[in-house]
Amino acid sequence: MGERKFISGNDAFAEGIRLAKPNVISAYPITPQTIVVERLSEMVEDRSLKSEFIHVESEHSAMSAAIGAASVGARTFTATSSQGLLYMAECLPYAAGGRFPIVMMNANRSTALPWNIYGDQRDSLSQLDSGWIQMYVEDAQESLDMALMSYYIAEHTDVMVPVMVNLDGFVLTHTYEAVDIPTQSQADEFLPTYVTDNKMDLDNPVNMGFSVGPADNEEFHLLHHKAMLRVKDVVKEADERFKQIFGRSHGTMTQGYRIEDAEYILITLGSITGIAREVVDELRDRGVKVGVLKIRFVRPFPHEEIAALVKGAKAIGTLEKDISFGYEGTVYTNVNSALIRNGVLVPSYNFIGGLGGRDISYEDIKECFGTLIKGNEEKEVWIGLGVVDDVR
Amino acid sequence: MIKPELTDYKRPEKLSEYPQATCYKAGHLVTKNSGWRSKRPVVNTDKCVGCFRCYMYCPDGVIFKKDGKVDIDYDFCKGCGICVKTCPITAIQMEDE
Repeated sequence: MGERKFISGNDAFAEGIRLAKPNVISAYPITPQTIVVERLSEMVEDRSLKSEFIHVESEHSAMSAAIGAASVGARTFTATSSQGLLYMAECLPYAAGGRFPIVMMNANRSTALPWNIYGDQRDSLSQLDSGWIQMYVEDAQESLDMALMSYYIAEHTDVMVPVMVNLDGFVLTHTYEAVDIPTQSQADEFLPTYVTDNKMDLDNPVNMGFSVGPADNEEFHLLHHKAMLRVKDVVKEADERFKQIFGRSHGTMTQGYRIEDAEYILITLGSITGIAREVVDELRDRGVKVGVLKIRFVRPFPHEEIAALVKGAKAIGTLEKDISFGYEGTVYTNVNSALIRNGVLVPSYNFIGGLGGRDISYEDIKECFGTLIKGNEEKEVWIGLGVVDDVR
Repeated sequence: MIKPELTDYKRPEKLSEYPQATCYKAGHLVTKNSGWRSKRPVVNTDKCVGCFRCYMYCPDGVIFKKDGKVDIDYDFCKGCGICVKTCPITAIQMEDE
C-alpha cells in the first residue's frame, strides 16, 4: 500500500515524476512552477530519485537539454510556465517533430503584458500547434496520476510524441489536498521501461534530427498527425491499466459529470471543473438538467467524443481562461469546429474569464448556466468583470 | 576507414515506408559531392612512399589506403589541395579538371 499525504499540486506532480524515474531532469524555475523543480532537486540530492539533474540557464536550454537527453534514449522531464514556455517555444516543435517522448509540466500562467504571475491558460493554448500532446488536469491527485500516465502515453510505440501536462497556476499548483501516493512497485508495474530505436546508439548508428526537403517533408508531418490521432486509443488502454493497478480511473479524453440527460452543458478545462460540479449539483436539486464536460486533452482534440456527448443538449457553453484577441477563446473555436465536423447543431456560447488570475466564483458559474438557459444574443460573454463595460 | 559506396535512393511508395521520427540508419550516400572542384589532386604512385600524411590531413576523409599507398575518392574530393601541401616528397600534384 502507498501512503496518503496532504500536499500541493506541484508536490503531487513531483511525487508522480519520482515514481516515473526519469533518467534526466533539466529545468529552470519560474513562478508558479518553482516548487516542482525544488522538490525534484531535493529528491535527486537525497537519492530517493536516481536522476541526472541539469541546472540550465534558461527554458530554451531546458528544452534543448531535454531533447539531447531524449536523443540517447533517456526518459526525460522538464517543467515551466508562461514566459518560460514562450521562451522555449522554438524548441517545442523540435522535440515533437523529433518524436522525443519528453514529459513537461506547465503551470498555467498569464502572459505579459500586462505583467502578471497568476493563472490563466493563454500560455499553453498559444502552443497548440507545436505538435505536443496537451493535457489539462483538475486536482492534485490527477496531477500525480497524469505525471505517471503521461509517460505511458508519450512513450507508447503507437504515439512517440511529447506530452505537456497543464496545472492551473496557484489554484492547483499551490493549493493543498489529500493525495494517494502509490508505491514504487505499483508504479513500476504500470510504467514499462522506456525502450526506443529513436536514439543515438554506437551499435546501431543512425542519422538523427535531419532536414527533409519539400519532396518528403509533408509525409513526416502526416505521420506525426496520425500518431496524435492514435492517442485516444492509447489513453483508453492506459486508463484501464491504471485502474487495474491503482484502483482509480480518470476517464477518456474528456470526463463528463451528469451529462447523460443534460439540457445545458458547460465545457471546462482544468481546476475550475470542481466548482462547476458543485453548481451542477445545486441546479440538479432544483430540477434543472445541467452537466459539466471536462476536456482533458486539447491536443489531440477529441472532437467526435465532444460532439457525441453534447448533441442532445439545448445549449452548451465553453468556459475558458483564454482570449485569442480579435476572435474568441481558442477552446471555443475547437469546440465549434467539433460540432460542425460531426454535424451537431447546438447553440454554443463562449464564457471568457479568469484572466490574469481573476477568480471564477460559484456565482459566476451559476450565471453561465443562467445564460445558457435564458439564451443570449451575444455568444461571447466575459464573466467576472469588475466594472461596467462601456467601451465600444 | 571504409570507402563510401553510392547507393540508389528508392523513393518510398507508401507512407509506412518513411521512418516515424527523423531517425534513420546511417551510412546512406545517394549523391556524389564534388561538383565544384576545378582542380584535382593526382597521386604519382611510383613516387608515393605510403607515409599517409595526406590520409591524416585530408579534411574530407576522401583519401584511402590501397596496397600500401594512397587512393583518392574523386566522387567526394572537393579539390582543396591540402594533400598536395602536406605531401613531404611532392608525390601529389594538382591538375586541371
